[in-house]
Amino acid sequence: MLGEGILKGLTETARNFFGSYVDDERLTTVQYPEERLEQIEATRDFPFLVYDGEDWEKGMRCVSCQICEKECPPKCISIEKSKDKKPDATGKAQFYPAKFDIDISVCMSCQICVEVCPFDAIKMDVVYELSTEDRFGGLLLNKEQLSKSNEYYNKIHPTEAGAVDAALAAEREKARQAAAAKAAEAKPAATAVVGAAAVERDGTK
Amino acid sequence: MNGSVRMAGTADQIFVLVKQWLMGYVPGALQPLASAVLSVVPVLLVFPLLFAITTVLERKGLGRIQNRYGPNRAGFFGILQPMADGIKSLTKEDIIPRSADHLVHLLAPLLLVVASFLVYAVLPIGRNMVIANLNAGVLFFFAIGSMVELAVFMAGWSSRSKYSLLGAMRAIAQMISYEMPLVLSAVVVIMAAGSLSTVTIVTMQATYTGIWPHWYVFTPWGLMGFVLFMIAATAESNRSPFDLPEGESEIIAGYYIEYSGFKFALFFLGEYLGMFATSAMAITLFLGGWAAPFSFLTWIPSYIWFFVKLLALIMAFIWVRGTLPRLRMDQLMNFAWKFMLPMSLVNILCAGVWHFMAAGFVRWVVVAVLVAGTCYLLSQRLKRGKRVAVRTYRFAS
Amino acid sequence: MTVTFLILAGVTIVGMAAAMSLRNLVHCVLSLTLGLVGLAGLFLELDAQFVGFTQILVYVGAVAILAMFAVMMTRGAAQQQESRPTSVRISGVLIAGGVFLVLAWAMCHGLMTLGAPVQPEAEVKQIGVALMRSYVLPLEVIGLLLTAALIGAGVIAMEEKRGAR
Repeated sequence: MLGEGILKGLTETARNFFGSYVDDERLTTVQYPEERLEQIEATRDFPFLVYDGEDWEKGMRCVSCQICEKECPPKCISIEKSKDKKPDATGKAQFYPAKFDIDISVCMSCQICVEVCPFDAIKMDVVYELSTEDRFGGLLLNKEQLSKSNEYYNKIHPTEAGAVDAALAAEREKARQAAAAKAAEAKPAATAVVGAAAVERDGTK
Repeated sequence: MNGSVRMAGTADQIFVLVKQWLMGYVPGALQPLASAVLSVVPVLLVFPLLFAITTVLERKGLGRIQNRYGPNRAGFFGILQPMADGIKSLTKEDIIPRSADHLVHLLAPLLLVVASFLVYAVLPIGRNMVIANLNAGVLFFFAIGSMVELAVFMAGWSSRSKYSLLGAMRAIAQMISYEMPLVLSAVVVIMAAGSLSTVTIVTMQATYTGIWPHWYVFTPWGLMGFVLFMIAATAESNRSPFDLPEGESEIIAGYYIEYSGFKFALFFLGEYLGMFATSAMAITLFLGGWAAPFSFLTWIPSYIWFFVKLLALIMAFIWVRGTLPRLRMDQLMNFAWKFMLPMSLVNILCAGVWHFMAAGFVRWVVVAVLVAGTCYLLSQRLKRGKRVAVRTYRFAS
Repeated sequence: MTVTFLILAGVTIVGMAAAMSLRNLVHCVLSLTLGLVGLAGLFLELDAQFVGFTQILVYVGAVAILAMFAVMMTRGAAQQQESRPTSVRISGVLIAGGVFLVLAWAMCHGLMTLGAPVQPEAEVKQIGVALMRSYVLPLEVIGLLLTAALIGAGVIAMEEKRGAR
């Protein structure tokens, strides 16, 4: 019969219409500002910089290698290398970023910067209420705004951060052992050549 | 008893009496002007207000049909949403494309809204409540309604955008195709009433046998005419499932894509006013206009019945919009020319048979069989060659 | 001659003149429509409601749109028309003036002989009766002609489609 399917569809929509008033289970909408959906662990939006310890400037893991800046597809990262050095996460003297800006209005949340970072210094954040009245300056985050503690990282991505922490601890242990060995070698009148070779080996690793 | 009837009569005629009372204070020379203003201004106020209410009803209704809440932030349960929308569209920038034809671009929304408002002149909203009782009222309605097509074309062409031109082409092809069934399905009522005046048509239907009214929809040809009229009205007002001219997924907004701010709102207003007007015309022609559905309910004022019926038809429009997907262009055209047009022509024939046969049970059976049989045959023809099968997927299953 | 008549006549004349003189073909069609609306208004002013509304329904609703379609499909909308030579213009003006004079003479003559104006008879019923009684043969012939034209147009369109394949 002509119109049979139409009638079937009309009953279905009518059932939805009245059902949504009777049965709250049907409603799929979340009333956003009052209630929020739980975020899954792999949630990501914009990158942030991880620091260890209390002081964000001292504990900054980033060594300003600028790989992320080169790899970033939309080119939203801008880094200026420092002139002096400071100890990095494993205690070695490294450069640090004098300036580290990310324009999150350009960022496309691809996570490539995180993938390429050899120092586990840049990770993806989960904050999403970032609206601002200043469309240019407000969305250009500087080093201080980007820095977030390792504890925060552990809180938002526990599994991933655990693995990173374990790897870092192993690195630190190795660095400590190397330093200890170096110290032990240095004690029995070690030559400068051996020390230099040790440094070189560390550097290539 | 008599007093209550008089009371009911007063309630029924309250607006007419108020107008007469106000006219008493107007000097003689200004009488025609004042009368026109007093008749037109309420229409200019009530129907845009109805538009505002309908937008929020529609959004909430569609939301509920899709198991959502719909707007519920602005004001109590979102009833202030139209105000917010209005303020937004008023304060937005009015963008005119650089290569657009400025004058035509400006005139198109104005013509649309003016044409949409003009048709209300012949719609009887209540007993003795019509702006102009024209002898050729129904014809006036369709004539002015056809000006909408011109506005649509002007909008689509003057924007100099491929989407708006495509939308305008689609809109006009659709409107021309469905205007014929629209007018022809109204012809049966004109035949039965023997008049083109909307007031006469409603008065003819406002009589009762026992408690049952004499609405034209309660005859076989009237029912068919009503269904055809409503389908054609849906197509004329570019509403789903006939919303190809503004299909969002294909041509974004169709002919008014290059409009912004208040001109966009004017298009919206014009479209909804057109929908109300065709619904009101369907009510006038088939559903007894302002007449009560049962003789014992005549104490409720006539204008209330009119608006109850109008709201019911608007709900039906929303319901259909929430249910049916958009048609394809060939389906649209096939339906118009291979079903709607022959069906409305046969319907006219049936109305003629009804007119010349003696009243009684035989007449009912003969005409009902004629209408239903034609409908069945045409629908079989429409379905021929189309085998509906369950679609199989190679990978997705 | 009332104010309404003057306004309507002005609208009609301006619309028609613009339809002839504008460069853009779409503008021409739009001003032609304006002229036709003015004409419909003149009919209404003469109390011929049916004729007036039919004028709008047919000319504004259908003919203007068809003309638009034709203009769009011939790609004439964007092109500028080259100006006609003077001789063509002069002959055009002469022919138009001649037609106007003949019509004006006929009308004035008719008005003279007619005497007092009679009540116009253009009620829907009268038109229907006239069409179905005295003019039924012309009506049917026109209907046949239009049907033939419709079928012919369909045949031409189908022919083209087959050729395109």
